Amino acid sequence: MCLAIPAKVIEVDKGVGKVDFGGVLRTVRLDLLEDVKSGDYVLVHVGFAIEKLDEEEAIECFKIWGAYGDTRA
Amino acid sequence: MKIKMEDGAGGEGMARFLETYVLGAFSNKKAGEIGLDDLDDGASVGDKIFTTDGYTVKPVVFPGGDIGRLAVCGTVNDISVMGAKPVALSSSMIIQSGLDIEVLEQVLQSMDEASQEAGVAIVCGDTKVVEENIAFFITTSGIGEANSALAKNIEVTNAYRKYQSRFIVDRELGEGDVIIVSGTVADHGATIISLRKGIEVESDLISDVAPLWGMIETAMNVGGITAMKDPTRGGISNVLNELSAKSGVGIEIDEERIPVKREVIATSEMLGLNYLDIASEGKVVMGVLKDCADDVLNALRSTKYGRDAEIIGRVVDDHGGVVIRTRVGGRRILHPPLGDPVPRVC
Amino acid sequence: MEIHELKNRINDPRVIENLLKAIRKLSDRIGPVRIMHVCGTHEHEIVRFGLRSLLPQEVEIISGPGCPVCVTPKRDIDRAIFLADRCIITTYGDMYRVPSNSGSFEAATSEGNDIRVVYSITDALDIAANEDKEVIHFGIGFETTSPASAAVLIDQPRNFSILSVHRLIPPALSFLLSPGEAKVDALLNPGHVSTIIGTEVYEDISKKFRIPQVVTGFEPADILLGIYMVMKQINEGRCEVENGYKRAIKREGNRKAQKILKEVFYIKDAEWRGFPEILDSGYGIRDKYEEWDALKKFEDELGDFVYEDQGEKGCRCGEVLRGLIKPEECGLFREVCSPSNPVGACMVSSEGACNIAFKFG
Repeated sequence: MCLAIPAKVIEVDKGVGKVDFGGVLRTVRLDLLEDVKSGDYVLVHVGFAIEKLDEEEAIECFKIWGAYGDTRA
Repeated sequence: MKIKMEDGAGGEGMARFLETYVLGAFSNKKAGEIGLDDLDDGASVGDKIFTTDGYTVKPVVFPGGDIGRLAVCGTVNDISVMGAKPVALSSSMIIQSGLDIEVLEQVLQSMDEASQEAGVAIVCGDTKVVEENIAFFITTSGIGEANSALAKNIEVTNAYRKYQSRFIVDRELGEGDVIIVSGTVADHGATIISLRKGIEVESDLISDVAPLWGMIETAMNVGGITAMKDPTRGGISNVLNELSAKSGVGIEIDEERIPVKREVIATSEMLGLNYLDIASEGKVVMGVLKDCADDVLNALRSTKYGRDAEIIGRVVDDHGGVVIRTRVGGRRILHPPLGDPVPRVC
Repeated sequence: MEIHELKNRINDPRVIENLLKAIRKLSDRIGPVRIMHVCGTHEHEIVRFGLRSLLPQEVEIISGPGCPVCVTPKRDIDRAIFLADRCIITTYGDMYRVPSNSGSFEAATSEGNDIRVVYSITDALDIAANEDKEVIHFGIGFETTSPASAAVLIDQPRNFSILSVHRLIPPALSFLLSPGEAKVDALLNPGHVSTIIGTEVYEDISKKFRIPQVVTGFEPADILLGIYMVMKQINEGRCEVENGYKRAIKREGNRKAQKILKEVFYIKDAEWRGFPEILDSGYGIRDKYEEWDALKKFEDELGDFVYEDQGEKGCRCGEVLRGLIKPEECGLFREVCSPSNPVGACMVSSEGACNIAFKFG
């Protein structure tokens, strides 16, 4: 439906935050979220952060799938 | 019917535009072995290579270069990928009245530096000043010559398979040949897109614009190169499809092996673009005989602009067109882009 | 951990391998299934990573009405083009080449109109702040994009208005699943819409239509996980809404965004390209913000806007959207209708099922 890309929050200044898409930084609006802190992961769509991403949850969820079979180094 | 942006954007739309309007309009289209209809990077005039290209990049100055460096390198590279040694350029400048003289001085200096690095002379030109809001346009044409490195390459190749042309053309890629790219893709295009009004990003993205004659000469001295193209507009998707179509062979590419900077991935993901469709201005895509591939790869990696060269695929006989094996192992057809990439949000 | 490291962890080859193994095992047990997603970006990622070439033949992924470009009526595009001679129109790139009766934004630009592609609606605001001419933003997008439009209007910007063509997903799902309309065994729900509206809102669809649903993310592993989870439900005879994108979605969604949405927009019946009108499926701008509603602000000028419907003869975008036929089954596909000469919007958008079938085939 919509292209929302994960980014890491670098700094927050009132309703606006600077985020890192992976070597590319952009300012995004934080109107749609509450208490965003630097270090958070957010999903960005059309220049707005639309939700926070839970990094642990992602690792947990896919760890189970990765654990089967041979676990290469 | 009106002319559209995609008619000049280096993709499938432009190919159709040229076939429909341009190629049909001219009667005399050859002055040597390679002519207009070949739509190769250059044509041959007797035993020389001759080519031309127009440059309208905005902004005029960008991280990694400017329209001057681009105008020299673009034409030097078009000559070099034919295997010819660039010897002489012309430069026609069309400048908007009101442009800062400092910008002109910087552009001219860049042209001088790039032509010195490529060992090519700027022997003639023209300058016009106009009122239209175009900032700066440069058209460069160039002549290239046969040379000992090219002769060595053809000689090594002929030991394996008869190479028909005296230069390196798009139509002689053969079965089993390996596909090599000389470094990270889409650097130039991603840099320009990231500077576009409204995108407003900060990054270390920098254009890769560079004169490649030296690197190509080094690689040809190893030998076994059967095809070469510089992946400018339309990116490697375009050149791979052109090589596949003109040589009548199938190509298989491994997405994982394609070198690409993380900033380029981030910019293309953010804007919903495919970096395989985005331009480079200092890279070559080569077809190389399988037995010579490793030596050519090492030769490339020993040069300044070929450090990140990689083998990214091979010619196959089980299908036509270009198929890409994706990072998760799936396979899909890689089509040439229609026109310039347009950012999407959905 | 950096973003790309997180992605590599999620798409680890062993994860992909094990998900595919589990899907194959389930497929042997439950036989052929038709799983529909309703998201242009899901289709784009499925094709970009060649996922269909990895799935068993019996697992068919079909593409429902999922890109605003595919479903935005031509009337609205023509209305924006009509206003383009007196205003600056801003639009997202997706709409730029969508064909309508009076050409397209791209064609209108080559005829001298000022129509600009923006990455974010905030860029449209910057243009409005720096230009004398009024700016109208062509407001496409579903519940993911609408809150951004709402947040901008709350600030009551100067020299700026929105032509809202925003749509809602759940009503379209219900319409799609009404008996006989689409042969679908399960749904992959759009992950990013659901970050806003949550998963609860889909629950009565599962009850009413007895169909399993999994809200799905967009990495290759996310998509395979969604497919695995709906097939597991089918195997166990369950028809529930499950959250397959837990790192981004809460059951209740993004409350703050929902509040902002309600403040500016009300829900109305709306027309979709290729469909009859669907009840409660569009966002209109409330009277409180009518000064920023282009339909109201330019009501007089729009008085002489005339729109004659020229249904594209033979175009079956509606049926492609409903998953009743594949793009290849439409008579216009490839010969008449191609990315460089799109008839229906599903061919023009890089998200449209026909465009992707043509390109990535």
